Amino acid sequence: MDVIIENLPQYWDGFLRTLFLSVVSGIIALIFGTVLAAARVSPIAALRGFSMAYVEIVRNTPLTIAFFFAAVVLPRLGVTFQQFEVAAIIALSAYTSAFIAEAVRSGVNSVPVGQAEAARSIGMKFSQVLSLIILPQALRTVIPPLINILIALVKNSSVAGAFYVLELFGQGKQLANANGDVVMWVLVGVAFFYLLITIPLGYLASVVERKVAIAR
Amino acid sequence: MSSVLYDVPGPKARRVSLIGSIIGVIVIGGLLVLAVTTLAQQGIFDAKRWAVFQLPDVWALIAAGIGATLAAAAVSAVIAFPLGLLLCLMRISDNAWIRVPTRIVLEFLRGMPVVLMMLFVLLVFATSSFIAVVAGLVLYNSAIFAEIIRAGVQSLPKGQREAGLAIGLTSFQSRLTIELPQAIRRMLPSLVAQLVVLLKDTSLGYIVAYGELLRAVQVMADFLGPQYLFPVFFVAAAIYIAIDLAVSRLAIWLERRGSKRAAGGVAHVPVAGIPAAK
Repeated sequence: MDVIIENLPQYWDGFLRTLFLSVVSGIIALIFGTVLAAARVSPIAALRGFSMAYVEIVRNTPLTIAFFFAAVVLPRLGVTFQQFEVAAIIALSAYTSAFIAEAVRSGVNSVPVGQAEAARSIGMKFSQVLSLIILPQALRTVIPPLINILIALVKNSSVAGAFYVLELFGQGKQLANANGDVVMWVLVGVAFFYLLITIPLGYLASVVERKVAIAR
Repeated sequence: MSSVLYDVPGPKARRVSLIGSIIGVIVIGGLLVLAVTTLAQQGIFDAKRWAVFQLPDVWALIAAGIGATLAAAAVSAVIAFPLGLLLCLMRISDNAWIRVPTRIVLEFLRGMPVVLMMLFVLLVFATSSFIAVVAGLVLYNSAIFAEIIRAGVQSLPKGQREAGLAIGLTSFQSRLTIELPQAIRRMLPSLVAQLVVLLKDTSLGYIVAYGELLRAVQVMADFLGPQYLFPVFFVAAAIYIAIDLAVSRLAIWLERRGSKRAAGGVAHVPVAGIPAAK
Protein backbone atom coordinates (compact mmCIF):
# COMPACT_ATOMS: atom_id res chain seq x y z
CA MET A 1 0.00 0.00 0.00
CA ASP A 2 2.77 2.42 0.99
CA VAL A 3 4.30 2.19 -2.43
CA ILE A 4 1.24 3.86 -3.96
CA ILE A 5 1.36 6.78 -1.54
CA GLU A 6 5.12 7.21 -1.87
CA ASN A 7 4.92 7.34 -5.66
CA LEU A 8 1.79 9.42 -5.90
CA PRO A 9 3.53 12.14 -8.00
CA GLN A 10 4.43 9.58 -10.69
CA TYR A 11 0.93 8.17 -10.67
CA TRP A 12 -0.55 11.65 -10.91
CA ASP A 13 1.80 12.55 -13.77
CA GLY A 14 0.82 9.37 -15.62
CA PHE A 15 -2.85 9.94 -14.89
CA LEU A 16 -2.72 13.46 -16.35
CA ARG A 17 -0.89 12.22 -19.43
CA THR A 18 -3.47 9.46 -19.94
CA LEU A 19 -6.20 12.09 -19.66
CA PHE A 20 -4.35 14.35 -22.09
CA LEU A 21 -3.89 11.57 -24.67
CA SER A 22 -7.52 10.51 -24.33
CA VAL A 23 -8.98 14.01 -24.57
CA VAL A 24 -6.88 15.13 -27.55
CA SER A 25 -7.32 11.86 -29.47
CA GLY A 26 -11.00 11.79 -28.52
CA ILE A 27 -11.65 15.25 -29.94
CA ILE A 28 -9.73 14.52 -33.17
CA ALA A 29 -11.48 11.15 -33.53
CA LEU A 30 -14.94 12.65 -32.95
CA ILE A 31 -14.39 15.25 -35.66
CA PHE A 32 -12.70 12.93 -38.16
CA GLY A 33 -15.16 10.11 -37.44
CA THR A 34 -18.16 12.37 -38.08
CA VAL A 35 -16.60 13.58 -41.33
CA LEU A 36 -16.03 9.94 -42.35
CA ALA A 37 -19.67 9.10 -41.55
CA ALA A 38 -20.83 12.11 -43.59
CA ALA A 39 -18.62 10.96 -46.48
CA ARG A 40 -20.14 7.50 -46.20
CA VAL A 41 -23.66 8.80 -46.93
CA SER A 42 -22.66 11.51 -49.42
CA PRO A 43 -23.72 11.51 -53.07
CA ILE A 44 -20.08 11.44 -54.23
CA ALA A 45 -19.05 7.87 -54.95
CA ALA A 46 -15.30 8.37 -54.39
CA LEU A 47 -15.88 9.70 -50.86
CA ARG A 48 -18.23 6.82 -50.06
CA GLY A 49 -15.67 4.31 -51.27
CA PHE A 50 -12.83 5.92 -49.34
CA SER A 51 -14.83 6.06 -46.11
CA MET A 52 -15.96 2.45 -46.48
CA ALA A 53 -12.44 1.17 -47.15
CA TYR A 54 -10.94 3.19 -44.30
CA VAL A 55 -13.49 1.99 -41.73
CA GLU A 56 -13.30 -1.63 -42.85
CA ILE A 57 -9.50 -1.79 -42.77
CA VAL A 58 -8.89 0.21 -39.61
CA ARG A 59 -11.57 -1.60 -37.62
CA ASN A 60 -9.81 -4.87 -38.38
CA THR A 61 -6.33 -3.64 -37.57
CA PRO A 62 -4.99 -4.53 -34.12
CA LEU A 63 -4.24 -1.38 -32.16
CA THR A 64 -0.71 -2.56 -31.42
CA ILE A 65 -0.01 -2.64 -35.17
CA ALA A 66 -1.31 0.92 -35.52
CA PHE A 67 0.98 2.00 -32.67
CA PHE A 68 3.93 0.08 -34.05
CA PHE A 69 3.38 1.79 -37.38
CA ALA A 70 3.11 5.28 -35.88
CA ALA A 71 5.92 4.99 -33.35
CA VAL A 72 8.46 2.69 -35.01
CA VAL A 73 7.84 2.54 -38.75
CA LEU A 74 6.90 6.19 -39.45
CA PRO A 75 10.13 7.66 -37.99
CA ARG A 76 12.14 5.28 -40.19
CA LEU A 77 10.24 6.62 -43.18
CA GLY A 78 11.27 10.17 -42.44
CA VAL A 79 8.21 11.32 -40.50
CA THR A 80 9.86 12.41 -37.28
CA PHE A 81 8.34 14.10 -34.27
CA GLN A 82 9.79 15.57 -31.12
CA GLN A 83 7.67 13.58 -28.71
CA PHE A 84 6.22 10.10 -28.84
CA GLU A 85 2.93 11.55 -27.60
CA VAL A 86 2.36 12.68 -31.19
CA ALA A 87 2.73 9.12 -32.45
CA ALA A 88 0.32 7.91 -29.76
CA ILE A 89 -2.24 10.56 -30.68
CA ILE A 90 -1.94 9.69 -34.39
CA ALA A 91 -2.46 5.98 -33.72
CA LEU A 92 -5.28 6.43 -31.20
CA SER A 93 -7.26 8.98 -33.17
CA ALA A 94 -6.88 7.12 -36.48
CA TYR A 95 -8.05 3.91 -34.79
CA THR A 96 -10.92 5.39 -32.80
CA SER A 97 -12.31 7.50 -35.64
CA ALA A 98 -13.24 4.33 -37.56
CA PHE A 99 -15.41 3.17 -34.67
CA ILE A 100 -16.93 6.63 -34.25
CA ALA A 101 -17.74 6.72 -37.97
CA GLU A 102 -19.60 3.40 -37.67
CA ALA A 103 -21.54 4.58 -34.62
CA VAL A 104 -22.53 7.88 -36.23
CA ARG A 105 -23.56 6.09 -39.41
CA SER A 106 -25.83 3.77 -37.44
CA GLY A 107 -27.28 6.90 -35.83
CA VAL A 108 -27.92 8.43 -39.26
CA ASN A 109 -29.73 5.25 -40.25
CA SER A 110 -31.89 5.41 -37.12
CA VAL A 111 -33.31 8.83 -38.01
CA PRO A 112 -36.77 8.29 -39.54
CA VAL A 113 -36.91 8.62 -43.32
CA GLY A 114 -39.57 11.33 -43.05
CA GLN A 115 -37.08 13.76 -41.52
CA ALA A 116 -34.83 13.75 -44.57
CA GLU A 117 -37.80 13.72 -46.93
CA ALA A 118 -39.34 16.73 -45.22
CA ALA A 119 -36.03 18.57 -45.35
CA ARG A 120 -35.61 17.83 -49.04
CA SER A 121 -39.18 18.79 -49.84
CA ILE A 122 -38.62 22.28 -48.50
CA GLY A 123 -35.67 22.56 -50.86
CA MET A 124 -32.62 21.83 -48.73
CA LYS A 125 -29.39 20.68 -50.32
CA PHE A 126 -27.59 17.50 -49.16
CA SER A 127 -25.17 19.50 -47.01
CA GLN A 128 -28.07 21.29 -45.31
CA VAL A 129 -30.10 18.10 -44.84
CA LEU A 130 -27.14 16.44 -43.20
CA SER A 131 -25.82 19.25 -41.02
CA LEU A 132 -29.11 20.88 -39.97
CA ILE A 133 -31.56 17.98 -39.79
CA ILE A 134 -29.98 14.53 -39.72
CA LEU A 135 -26.70 14.85 -37.81
CA PRO A 136 -28.10 16.75 -34.80
CA GLN A 137 -30.66 13.97 -34.29
CA ALA A 138 -28.25 11.17 -35.17
CA LEU A 139 -25.55 12.35 -32.76
CA ARG A 140 -28.09 12.59 -29.99
CA THR A 141 -29.18 8.98 -30.34
CA VAL A 142 -25.61 7.69 -30.45
CA ILE A 143 -24.30 9.50 -27.37
CA PRO A 144 -24.25 6.33 -25.21
CA PRO A 145 -22.32 4.25 -27.79
CA LEU A 146 -19.99 7.20 -28.34
CA ILE A 147 -19.24 7.36 -24.61
CA ASN A 148 -18.53 3.63 -24.68
CA ILE A 149 -16.10 4.18 -27.56
CA LEU A 150 -14.41 6.91 -25.53
CA ILE A 151 -14.13 4.54 -22.54
CA ALA A 152 -12.44 2.06 -24.86
CA LEU A 153 -10.17 4.90 -26.01
CA VAL A 154 -9.07 5.59 -22.42
CA LYS A 155 -8.25 1.91 -21.97
CA ASN A 156 -6.58 1.73 -25.37
CA SER A 157 -4.31 4.63 -24.48
CA SER A 158 -2.53 2.16 -22.19
CA VAL A 159 -0.88 0.68 -25.29
CA ALA A 160 1.03 3.98 -25.60
CA GLY A 161 2.87 2.99 -22.42
CA ALA A 162 4.63 0.28 -24.41
CA PHE A 163 5.68 2.78 -27.07
CA TYR A 164 7.83 5.17 -25.05
CA VAL A 165 5.04 7.36 -23.63
CA LEU A 166 5.07 7.67 -19.85
CA GLU A 167 1.33 7.65 -19.28
CA LEU A 168 -0.38 5.65 -16.55
CA PHE A 169 0.58 2.21 -17.88
CA GLY A 170 4.11 3.35 -18.76
CA GLN A 171 4.61 4.82 -15.29
CA GLY A 172 3.19 1.63 -13.79
CA LYS A 173 5.70 -0.45 -15.72
CA GLN A 174 8.58 1.70 -14.51
CA LEU A 175 7.38 1.61 -10.90
CA ALA A 176 6.93 -2.15 -11.17
CA ASN A 177 10.53 -2.49 -12.29
CA ALA A 178 11.75 -0.25 -9.48
CA ASN A 179 9.67 -1.94 -6.77
CA GLY A 180 9.98 -5.60 -7.67
CA ASP A 181 8.88 -6.78 -4.22
CA VAL A 182 5.51 -5.00 -4.16
CA VAL A 183 4.58 -5.33 -7.83
CA MET A 184 1.02 -6.24 -6.96
CA TRP A 185 0.31 -3.00 -5.12
CA VAL A 186 1.97 -0.92 -7.84
CA LEU A 187 -0.36 -2.40 -10.45
CA VAL A 188 -3.41 -2.19 -8.19
CA GLY A 189 -2.64 1.54 -7.99
CA VAL A 190 -2.55 1.78 -11.79
CA ALA A 191 -5.86 -0.10 -12.02
CA PHE A 192 -7.39 2.29 -9.49
CA PHE A 193 -6.50 5.34 -11.59
CA TYR A 194 -7.94 3.75 -14.73
CA LEU A 195 -11.16 2.90 -12.94
CA LEU A 196 -11.24 6.52 -11.75
CA ILE A 197 -11.84 7.49 -15.38
CA THR A 198 -13.72 4.53 -16.84
CA ILE A 199 -16.32 3.85 -14.13
CA PRO A 200 -17.67 7.44 -13.94
CA LEU A 201 -17.76 7.54 -17.76
CA GLY A 202 -19.68 4.24 -17.82
CA TYR A 203 -22.10 5.64 -15.26
CA LEU A 204 -22.50 8.77 -17.37
CA ALA A 205 -23.29 6.59 -20.40
CA SER A 206 -26.08 4.78 -18.57
CA VAL A 207 -27.52 8.04 -17.18
CA VAL A 208 -27.44 9.67 -20.62
CA GLU A 209 -29.03 6.57 -22.11
CA ARG A 210 -32.00 6.97 -19.77
CA LYS A 211 -32.36 10.74 -19.86
CA VAL A 212 -31.05 12.50 -22.93
CA ALA A 213 -31.54 9.91 -25.65
CA ILE A 214 -34.82 10.25 -27.44
CA ALA A 215 -37.02 7.20 -27.53
CA ARG A 216 -38.20 6.24 -30.96
CA MET B 1 -30.41 3.58 -48.17
CA SER B 2 -28.65 6.90 -48.27
CA SER B 3 -30.51 8.08 -51.34
CA VAL B 4 -33.17 9.38 -48.98
CA LEU B 5 -30.73 12.09 -47.95
CA TYR B 6 -30.48 13.70 -51.38
CA ASP B 7 -32.65 14.03 -54.45
CA VAL B 8 -32.24 11.64 -57.32
CA PRO B 9 -29.42 13.38 -59.19
CA GLY B 10 -30.38 15.11 -62.38
CA PRO B 11 -27.95 15.76 -65.23
CA LYS B 12 -26.36 18.74 -63.48
CA ALA B 13 -26.03 17.03 -60.10
CA ARG B 14 -24.63 13.93 -61.80
CA ARG B 15 -22.02 16.07 -63.50
CA VAL B 16 -21.11 17.75 -60.20
CA SER B 17 -20.93 14.36 -58.49
CA LEU B 18 -18.76 12.97 -61.28
CA ILE B 19 -16.40 15.94 -61.06
CA GLY B 20 -16.35 15.53 -57.28
CA SER B 21 -15.55 11.85 -57.64
CA ILE B 22 -12.75 12.58 -60.08
CA ILE B 23 -11.28 15.22 -57.78
CA GLY B 24 -11.63 12.85 -54.84
CA VAL B 25 -9.88 10.03 -56.68
CA ILE B 26 -7.12 12.42 -57.79
CA VAL B 27 -6.59 13.70 -54.22
CA ILE B 28 -6.57 10.22 -52.67
CA GLY B 29 -4.47 8.86 -55.52
CA GLY B 30 -2.11 11.82 -55.21
CA LEU B 31 -1.61 11.14 -51.51
CA LEU B 32 -0.91 7.48 -52.30
CA VAL B 33 1.57 8.40 -55.03
CA LEU B 34 3.25 10.83 -52.62
CA ALA B 35 3.52 8.09 -50.00
CA VAL B 36 4.87 5.59 -52.51
CA THR B 37 7.45 8.00 -53.93
CA THR B 38 8.58 8.90 -50.41
CA LEU B 39 8.98 5.22 -49.69
CA ALA B 40 10.78 4.68 -52.99
CA GLN B 41 13.23 7.47 -52.17
CA GLN B 42 14.01 5.63 -48.96
CA GLY B 43 14.82 2.63 -51.10
CA ILE B 44 11.93 0.61 -49.71
CA PHE B 45 11.20 -0.96 -53.05
CA ASP B 46 14.76 -2.10 -53.73
CA ALA B 47 14.61 -5.73 -54.65
CA LYS B 48 17.26 -6.63 -52.11
CA ARG B 49 15.08 -5.44 -49.25
CA TRP B 50 12.30 -7.74 -50.29
CA ALA B 51 14.76 -10.55 -50.98
CA VAL B 52 14.47 -11.49 -47.29
CA PHE B 53 11.27 -13.27 -48.20
CA GLN B 54 13.36 -15.77 -50.15
CA LEU B 55 14.84 -16.92 -46.85
CA PRO B 56 12.90 -19.89 -45.49
CA ASP B 57 13.75 -18.76 -41.94
CA VAL B 58 11.79 -15.56 -42.38
CA TRP B 59 8.69 -17.47 -43.38
CA ALA B 60 9.29 -19.94 -40.55
CA LEU B 61 9.35 -17.04 -38.07
CA ILE B 62 6.23 -15.49 -39.57
CA ALA B 63 4.47 -18.87 -39.44
CA ALA B 64 5.53 -19.31 -35.83
CA GLY B 65 4.16 -15.83 -35.09
CA ILE B 66 0.83 -16.63 -36.71
CA GLY B 67 0.72 -19.93 -34.86
CA ALA B 68 1.37 -18.19 -31.52
CA THR B 69 -1.31 -15.57 -32.28
CA LEU B 70 -3.92 -18.17 -33.20
CA ALA B 71 -2.99 -20.43 -30.29
CA ALA B 72 -3.44 -17.64 -27.75
CA ALA B 73 -6.74 -16.60 -29.35
CA ALA B 74 -8.09 -20.16 -29.55
CA VAL B 75 -7.18 -21.12 -25.99
CA SER B 76 -8.57 -17.85 -24.61
CA ALA B 77 -11.81 -18.15 -26.55
CA VAL B 78 -12.36 -21.74 -25.43
CA ILE B 79 -11.87 -20.83 -21.77
CA ALA B 80 -13.57 -17.42 -21.87
CA PHE B 81 -16.87 -18.57 -23.35
CA PRO B 82 -17.91 -21.10 -20.65
CA LEU B 83 -16.59 -18.72 -18.00
CA GLY B 84 -18.68 -15.94 -19.53
CA LEU B 85 -21.75 -18.20 -19.40
CA LEU B 86 -21.10 -18.92 -15.74
CA LEU B 87 -20.58 -15.22 -14.94
CA CYS B 88 -23.79 -14.41 -16.82
CA LEU B 89 -25.75 -16.96 -14.75
CA MET B 90 -24.29 -15.47 -11.57
CA ARG B 91 -25.01 -11.94 -12.77
CA ILE B 92 -28.71 -12.68 -13.30
CA SER B 93 -29.04 -14.96 -10.27
CA ASP B 94 -32.07 -14.46 -8.00
CA ASN B 95 -29.76 -14.45 -5.00
CA ALA B 96 -28.46 -10.95 -4.27
CA TRP B 97 -25.44 -12.41 -2.45
CA ILE B 98 -24.29 -13.86 -5.77
CA ARG B 99 -25.62 -11.18 -8.11
CA VAL B 100 -24.16 -8.06 -6.52
CA PRO B 101 -20.55 -9.23 -6.04
CA THR B 102 -20.55 -10.61 -9.59
CA ARG B 103 -21.74 -7.26 -10.86
CA ILE B 104 -18.90 -5.47 -9.07
CA VAL B 105 -16.34 -7.92 -10.44
CA LEU B 106 -17.71 -7.49 -13.97
CA GLU B 107 -17.60 -3.68 -13.74
CA PHE B 108 -14.04 -3.93 -12.48
CA LEU B 109 -12.92 -6.26 -15.28
CA ARG B 110 -14.60 -4.18 -17.97
CA GLY B 111 -13.10 -0.92 -16.75
CA MET B 112 -9.47 -2.02 -16.99
CA PRO B 113 -7.11 -2.15 -19.95
CA VAL B 114 -6.47 -5.73 -21.09
CA VAL B 115 -2.74 -5.09 -21.27
CA LEU B 116 -2.72 -4.11 -17.59
CA MET B 117 -4.27 -7.47 -16.67
CA MET B 118 -1.66 -9.25 -18.79
CA LEU B 119 1.16 -7.39 -17.07
CA PHE B 120 -0.40 -8.06 -13.67
CA VAL B 121 -0.55 -11.82 -14.25
CA LEU B 122 2.95 -11.81 -15.76
CA LEU B 123 4.61 -9.98 -12.87
CA VAL B 124 2.55 -10.97 -9.84
CA PHE B 125 2.26 -14.67 -10.61
CA ALA B 126 5.61 -14.83 -12.44
CA THR B 127 4.10 -16.97 -15.20
CA SER B 128 5.14 -17.48 -18.79
CA SER B 129 4.07 -14.78 -21.20
CA PHE B 130 1.68 -17.22 -22.91
CA ILE B 131 -0.25 -17.77 -19.69
CA ALA B 132 -0.22 -14.02 -19.02
CA VAL B 133 -1.70 -13.28 -22.46
CA VAL B 134 -4.33 -16.00 -22.15
CA ALA B 135 -5.25 -14.96 -18.60
CA GLY B 136 -5.62 -11.30 -19.57
CA LEU B 137 -7.77 -12.15 -22.59
CA VAL B 138 -9.89 -14.64 -20.62
CA LEU B 139 -10.56 -12.24 -17.75
CA TYR B 140 -11.58 -9.38 -20.01
CA ASN B 141 -13.52 -11.31 -22.64
CA SER B 142 -15.42 -13.53 -20.22
CA ALA B 143 -16.78 -10.33 -18.64
CA ILE B 144 -17.82 -9.06 -22.07
CA PHE B 145 -19.33 -12.43 -23.07
CA ALA B 146 -21.31 -12.41 -19.81
CA GLU B 147 -22.72 -8.95 -20.58
CA ILE B 148 -23.59 -9.89 -24.17
CA ILE B 149 -25.42 -13.07 -23.11
CA ARG B 150 -27.19 -11.15 -20.34
CA ALA B 151 -28.42 -8.64 -22.89
CA GLY B 152 -29.65 -11.61 -24.96
CA VAL B 153 -31.53 -13.09 -21.99
CA GLN B 154 -33.14 -9.74 -21.26
CA SER B 155 -34.20 -9.33 -24.86
CA LEU B 156 -36.27 -12.53 -24.70
CA PRO B 157 -40.04 -12.22 -24.29
CA LYS B 158 -41.01 -12.46 -20.63
CA GLY B 159 -43.32 -15.39 -21.37
CA GLN B 160 -40.38 -17.71 -21.97
CA ARG B 161 -39.28 -17.67 -18.36
CA GLU B 162 -42.83 -17.58 -17.03
CA ALA B 163 -43.74 -20.64 -19.08
CA GLY B 164 -40.64 -22.44 -17.86
CA LEU B 165 -41.48 -21.73 -14.24
CA ALA B 166 -45.13 -22.59 -14.80
CA ILE B 167 -44.37 -26.13 -15.94
CA GLY B 168 -42.44 -26.66 -12.74
CA LEU B 169 -38.83 -26.04 -13.74
CA THR B 170 -36.67 -24.46 -11.11
CA SER B 171 -35.33 -20.99 -11.84
CA PHE B 172 -31.94 -22.46 -12.71
CA GLN B 173 -33.40 -25.13 -15.00
CA SER B 174 -35.42 -22.50 -16.82
CA ARG B 175 -32.31 -20.38 -17.37
CA LEU B 176 -30.26 -23.32 -18.55
CA THR B 177 -32.71 -25.15 -20.79
CA ILE B 178 -35.00 -22.38 -22.04
CA GLU B 179 -33.45 -18.95 -21.84
CA LEU B 180 -29.72 -19.42 -22.45
CA PRO B 181 -30.02 -21.46 -25.67
CA GLN B 182 -32.23 -18.78 -27.19
CA ALA B 183 -30.14 -15.93 -25.84
CA ILE B 184 -26.91 -17.36 -27.24
CA ARG B 185 -28.50 -17.92 -30.61
CA ARG B 186 -29.85 -14.37 -30.70
CA MET B 187 -26.54 -12.83 -29.70
CA LEU B 188 -24.41 -14.95 -32.03
CA PRO B 189 -23.35 -12.00 -34.23
CA SER B 190 -22.24 -9.97 -31.19
CA LEU B 191 -20.41 -12.98 -29.78
CA VAL B 192 -18.53 -13.56 -33.03
CA ALA B 193 -17.78 -9.83 -33.26
CA GLN B 194 -16.28 -10.08 -29.79
CA LEU B 195 -14.16 -13.00 -31.03
CA VAL B 196 -12.69 -10.64 -33.63
CA VAL B 197 -11.83 -8.25 -30.80
CA LEU B 198 -10.22 -11.11 -28.88
CA LEU B 199 -8.17 -12.05 -31.94
CA LYS B 200 -7.08 -8.44 -32.40
CA ASP B 201 -6.16 -8.15 -28.74
CA THR B 202 -3.69 -11.03 -28.96
CA SER B 203 -1.41 -8.43 -30.54
CA LEU B 204 -1.16 -6.87 -27.05
CA GLY B 205 0.98 -9.89 -26.28
CA TYR B 206 3.74 -7.91 -28.01
CA ILE B 207 3.88 -5.70 -24.93
CA VAL B 208 4.37 -8.58 -22.49
CA ALA B 209 7.00 -10.16 -24.79
CA TYR B 210 4.80 -12.99 -26.07
CA GLY B 211 6.18 -14.31 -29.36
CA GLU B 212 3.19 -13.44 -31.52
CA LEU B 213 3.31 -12.06 -35.06
CA LEU B 214 4.35 -8.49 -34.23
CA ARG B 215 7.04 -9.66 -31.84
CA ALA B 216 8.32 -11.96 -34.60
CA VAL B 217 8.55 -8.88 -36.86
CA GLN B 218 10.51 -7.03 -34.21
CA VAL B 219 12.86 -9.98 -33.73
CA MET B 220 13.48 -10.23 -37.47
CA ALA B 221 14.09 -6.50 -37.80
CA ASP B 222 16.56 -6.62 -34.92
CA PHE B 223 18.27 -9.65 -36.38
CA LEU B 224 18.36 -8.76 -40.08
CA GLY B 225 18.87 -5.03 -39.67
CA PRO B 226 16.55 -2.02 -39.54
CA GLN B 227 16.36 -1.66 -43.31
CA TYR B 228 14.23 -4.80 -43.40
CA LEU B 229 11.76 -3.49 -40.83
CA PHE B 230 9.33 -2.05 -43.35
CA PRO B 231 8.97 -5.08 -45.68
CA VAL B 232 8.57 -7.50 -42.79
CA PHE B 233 6.17 -5.22 -40.94
CA PHE B 234 4.15 -4.66 -44.09
CA VAL B 235 3.71 -8.39 -44.72
CA ALA B 236 2.91 -9.17 -41.07
CA ALA B 237 0.36 -6.37 -40.82
CA ALA B 238 -1.27 -7.54 -44.04
CA ILE B 239 -1.55 -11.10 -42.67
CA TYR B 240 -2.95 -9.88 -39.36
CA ILE B 241 -5.55 -7.67 -41.05
CA ALA B 242 -6.48 -10.44 -43.49
CA ILE B 243 -7.19 -12.89 -40.65
CA ASP B 244 -9.27 -10.31 -38.76
CA LEU B 245 -11.18 -9.35 -41.90
CA ALA B 246 -11.99 -13.00 -42.55
CA VAL B 247 -13.43 -13.48 -39.06
CA SER B 248 -15.48 -10.26 -39.24
CA ARG B 249 -16.89 -11.37 -42.60
CA LEU B 250 -17.95 -14.57 -40.81
CA ALA B 251 -19.74 -12.45 -38.20
CA ILE B 252 -21.59 -10.48 -40.88
CA TRP B 253 -22.52 -13.69 -42.69
CA LEU B 254 -23.85 -15.19 -39.45
CA GLU B 255 -25.93 -12.09 -38.81
CA ARG B 256 -27.48 -12.19 -42.31
CA ARG B 257 -28.12 -15.92 -42.09
CA GLY B 258 -29.48 -15.57 -38.57
CA SER B 259 -31.92 -12.84 -39.48
CA LYS B 260 -33.30 -15.04 -42.24
CA ARG B 261 -33.52 -18.36 -40.42
CA ALA B 262 -33.51 -18.11 -36.64
CA ALA B 263 -36.93 -17.99 -35.08
CA GLY B 264 -37.45 -14.37 -34.18
CA GLY B 265 -34.19 -13.49 -35.88
CA VAL B 266 -31.07 -12.25 -34.19
CA ALA B 267 -31.49 -9.49 -31.68
CA HIS B 268 -30.35 -5.99 -32.47
CA VAL B 269 -30.54 -4.82 -28.88
CA PRO B 270 -27.81 -2.44 -27.86
CA VAL B 271 -25.70 -3.97 -25.15
CA ALA B 272 -25.41 -1.43 -22.38
CA GLY B 273 -21.86 -0.67 -21.47
CA ILE B 274 -20.23 -2.85 -24.10
CA PRO B 275 -17.76 -0.71 -25.97
CA ALA B 276 -18.14 -1.13 -29.67
CA ALA B 277 -14.47 -0.45 -30.01
CA LYS B 278 -11.89 -2.76 -28.61
